[in-house]
Amino acid sequence: MLSTSLIILIPLLPLLTFVLIALAGRKYFPSLCGILGTLSLLTSFLLAATVAYDYFFVVGKVGEVYQQIIPFKMTWLQFTPNVAIDMGILLDPISVMMLVVVTLISLMVHFYSLGYMKGEERYATYYSFLGLFTFSMLGLVMSSNIFQIYIFWELVGVSSYLLIGYYFDKPSAVAASKKAFIVTRFADLGFLVGILVLSYYAGTLDFQTLITRLTTPTDQLHSIMAASFLGCSALTWGLVLVFIGGAGKSAMFPLHIWLPDAMEGPTPVSALIHAATMVVAGVFLVARLFPVYSISCPTALDIVMWVGASSSFIAAIIACTQTDIKRVLAYSTMSQIGYMMFALGVSRYGGENGLGYMASMFHLFTHAMFKALLFLGAGAVIHYVHSNEMKDMGGLRKLMPVTHLTFLIACLAIAGIPPFAGFFSKEEILQAAFNSNKAIFGIAILTAAITAFYMFRLYFNIFWNKEYHAHGDSHGGHDAHYGEAPFTMKFPLLFLALLSIVAGFIPFGKFVTSDGKFLLTEFHPTFSIAPVLLASLGIVIAWSFYKKESAAPQKMADGMSGLYRGAYHKFYIDEIYLFITKKVVFNLIGRPAAWIDRNIVDGFMNLLADVTGKISFLIKGLQSGKVQNYAAYFFAGVLGFVLVFIYLWT
Amino acid sequence: MGIEYLQIMKSEMILTGIIFFLLFLKVWDGIKSNNSLLHITNVLLFLNVVAGLFFNTNGELFSGMFHTNNTLVLEKTILNVGTFLISMMAFDWLKDHKHLLEFYILLLCTLLGMDFMISSGNLLMFYLGLELSSIPLAALCNYDLHSIKSSESAVKMILSSAFASCILLFGISMLYGTTGTLNFVEMAPLLGHGNLQTLAFIFVFAGFAFKLSSVPFHLWTADVYEGAPVPVTAYLSVISKASIVFIFITALFQLFQNYGPMWYHMLYLSILLTITVGNLFAIRQDNIKRFLAFSSIAQVGYILLGISSGTIMGVSSALFFLMVYTFSNLGAFGVISLVAAKTGKDKISDFKGFYTHNKFASWVMAICLFSLAGIPPTAGFFAKMFLVTAGAAKGNYWLISIAVMNMVISLFYYLKVVKAIFIDENERPIEKLHGSLSLKIALTICIFGAITMGFASGLFEYINTITGK
Repeated sequence: MLSTSLIILIPLLPLLTFVLIALAGRKYFPSLCGILGTLSLLTSFLLAATVAYDYFFVVGKVGEVYQQIIPFKMTWLQFTPNVAIDMGILLDPISVMMLVVVTLISLMVHFYSLGYMKGEERYATYYSFLGLFTFSMLGLVMSSNIFQIYIFWELVGVSSYLLIGYYFDKPSAVAASKKAFIVTRFADLGFLVGILVLSYYAGTLDFQTLITRLTTPTDQLHSIMAASFLGCSALTWGLVLVFIGGAGKSAMFPLHIWLPDAMEGPTPVSALIHAATMVVAGVFLVARLFPVYSISCPTALDIVMWVGASSSFIAAIIACTQTDIKRVLAYSTMSQIGYMMFALGVSRYGGENGLGYMASMFHLFTHAMFKALLFLGAGAVIHYVHSNEMKDMGGLRKLMPVTHLTFLIACLAIAGIPPFAGFFSKEEILQAAFNSNKAIFGIAILTAAITAFYMFRLYFNIFWNKEYHAHGDSHGGHDAHYGEAPFTMKFPLLFLALLSIVAGFIPFGKFVTSDGKFLLTEFHPTFSIAPVLLASLGIVIAWSFYKKESAAPQKMADGMSGLYRGAYHKFYIDEIYLFITKKVVFNLIGRPAAWIDRNIVDGFMNLLADVTGKISFLIKGLQSGKVQNYAAYFFAGVLGFVLVFIYLWT
Repeated sequence: MGIEYLQIMKSEMILTGIIFFLLFLKVWDGIKSNNSLLHITNVLLFLNVVAGLFFNTNGELFSGMFHTNNTLVLEKTILNVGTFLISMMAFDWLKDHKHLLEFYILLLCTLLGMDFMISSGNLLMFYLGLELSSIPLAALCNYDLHSIKSSESAVKMILSSAFASCILLFGISMLYGTTGTLNFVEMAPLLGHGNLQTLAFIFVFAGFAFKLSSVPFHLWTADVYEGAPVPVTAYLSVISKASIVFIFITALFQLFQNYGPMWYHMLYLSILLTITVGNLFAIRQDNIKRFLAFSSIAQVGYILLGISSGTIMGVSSALFFLMVYTFSNLGAFGVISLVAAKTGKDKISDFKGFYTHNKFASWVMAICLFSLAGIPPTAGFFAKMFLVTAGAAKGNYWLISIAVMNMVISLFYYLKVVKAIFIDENERPIEKLHGSLSLKIALTICIFGAITMGFASGLFEYINTITGK
């Protein structure tokens, strides 16, 4: 086993890069910052890979079960004599898997950005933010207690806020970063209260102890089941609130509104944060507390399931109508994360019933690969075309052959076509849904078909459709020349494409399962026929619509104009939010408050303003002004207390 | 006797010494330069802080009228540190002021009054300390001699205070009348009988609530804060408030323990009103001092939330919060006082584009506001977290939910200021301001405190152990 100090080094290296670049790098060696960041991430990745190897093949297994290992732990804050907040590292199958995924994708993005961000004014700052983000994300997945995870959760939020708002001179980017920050903050509030509820009853913040106490019949479990609020037990409330936190970060309906706007950030950042790592934090959180959800409180798990399934379906429909390629990818991310969520929701603890859990983690793993690939590919396209809009693209397959090929692989993977990675993980999810809930299975398989359609709509629109016409005049002379990206950008594409092909063949049930035991997954060719056929049908429809420029899609859209327009406007969810915040909150709460303030508190100041210059008046105002009124309110307050506590109090 | 007196009343003795020394300086009139005077005073105040850390003892004097222990020493140290920081920040404002020494003499008199007040073990002693700490403050509010608003603030302060004092004194008289004693220890077991005592308790409670500016006794706060000079506003909102919280805790836990369930419910009402009203009004302020006044009203609500738990943890959380609050709020006030002293501007809209020319001050402001809003990983987050957790011990989830929801609302208006500083555009942003060295030192101490205190795990444990005794 690796020594503890080396394990700590995995998250610490990106942090050091951040500090170094922020303090010295930006001034003294700005052009070297990218290489510095990439090298430190490479070291982190190698360490993480070694840890993974050691864990899965050498030390992790005792008997037939993967153990949770805590190589490092220290008391950080002694809260009360019984409750302390620790800082620690927890290694178990999911955290080790996440370590590898995060360091790998982050490494790819660091490398890719060497080319993509070249010549940017705040190049060094960009790399320092990337370091901060990677550190926070690694800290999050390694956390050994629920409070520590919250701290890193917030740090992840802050660093993603910084990265989304990277182009801070663009008003839309600033608005988007603010939106992301505020929406996720509302969700985090739920998370924090959930943590308080759970830890209050369990009497601990430590994951291991908390899970043991809340899954076996202990005093703590009895007390948390007995306490109730608005008809649900405190346990249900706690878990649902924690899930709300997770739903905010993972962009589940209806807290998803920040994700599409977050695409204002640089494209590699979208690949890292909004596709592969941060947005799956919510899935990770539910998986982390999965024993509590599944053993003690299936109700909360049902909520997870329905939220996941509906998000997945709604996002898929919206994705069909978007024209900004990054937004299509954003909605597809939301849809795929919905998949992971409902897979957790249909799952139960242990053995065969735990198939959904394993499938969810498997999909998280494969999705990280092909979604990062899609975003990086889209980045290359945008880099070439200088636009995010589909109508500015088309016919790029000959001009960008590598991007074209890798993008096609990723599309096939996400559509679930064998033998690409997405096929295997999606198969497991569909199987798990089929075994437990037919309605969810129906939604899932329909979503799979729509996914295939909109991904290939994207693919054909970018690479086929029409001949590429460079709009050279407005962007400094782009001819329709061979426009493949530089090596730094090409290599991550190829590498991720390779992973998207082979990742599906990993026997995941051997490594990551709900109870740490080996789960044999059987492959049912007959079961796969329907999903693959449906996905192919989606591709064929996309092919017939978009391979050539034609009027068919428009006709189709006209035919279903209501649905299409609704979906195009993202079902007006943003507008509903605006309505609630602007109209309802503002009018019902803000206005009256303003009125009281204006008429009672500001009254005197307004009076002052009216008589500016007339000092006599002013003195009169001072003497006869509202100080008496203040005294009157004071007295009313005293009387109020007297009334309540002497006459009504018994 | 002799040496023991000195040791038990050490901080009061030192303060009195400093006050007399400054008085002699004034009479002697030998040092003409304001800068030297300011430096001398700052050094003295620094020594005062340092002296507070050594030779402390527990004990009582004058048959229980005055007592001291580790917790009280810590509380006095918080007040001393705060006063020192405010004095450092006031440099730019005071260096051209004619009546500089009188300012300090008045200021230190109020500090002396606070020390006596929080050390009191007797209602008479408490009342004397309270008045000593509030009457000179009214004079200080009027220290911008040419500003009408400043005079208005002073007049409002003194009138409102007088009114509150009347009610408080009325309550104290009734307590004395029904129990025949003024000593906390003797009086405590005699309370809890009959409506007259309850009425007296409510009057005393209202007196405290007024000084804490908890709703509905808060109306004086915004006007007074707005008119007073910035350092005085800072002093009012941090030092004065902290001292009242300290004695309030003693009063509730020692003197009024028989009213436990009742004051829990009184606090419950006050917390709901204070947090909500403070926040809703803070949202729409444009004057930054007024804004901080309302936000500090809301902060008081959170302190009361911790106290309402009635546990040792509640008390230590409140103390910890006040330490963090001292640094965070003074940091924000430091920047505002710099801007006010150099440009006379005090609108939030004036701060638009402030970052363009004043990088350091902008960051100080942002970090301190983040800490006030309770955003992790700043110290303010931990402090609020402790308070809410302590309050949750009572199991009243409605109260906790409303308190936590208000934290999000408060985030909105704190971010609004940060947004004005960093993002909003301004054709003529505030020019580069050159603050004095002492201001810079004070600001550095403030952000250091606002960032690191949450991570200093030993601190909270120390408070916990000494308050536990």
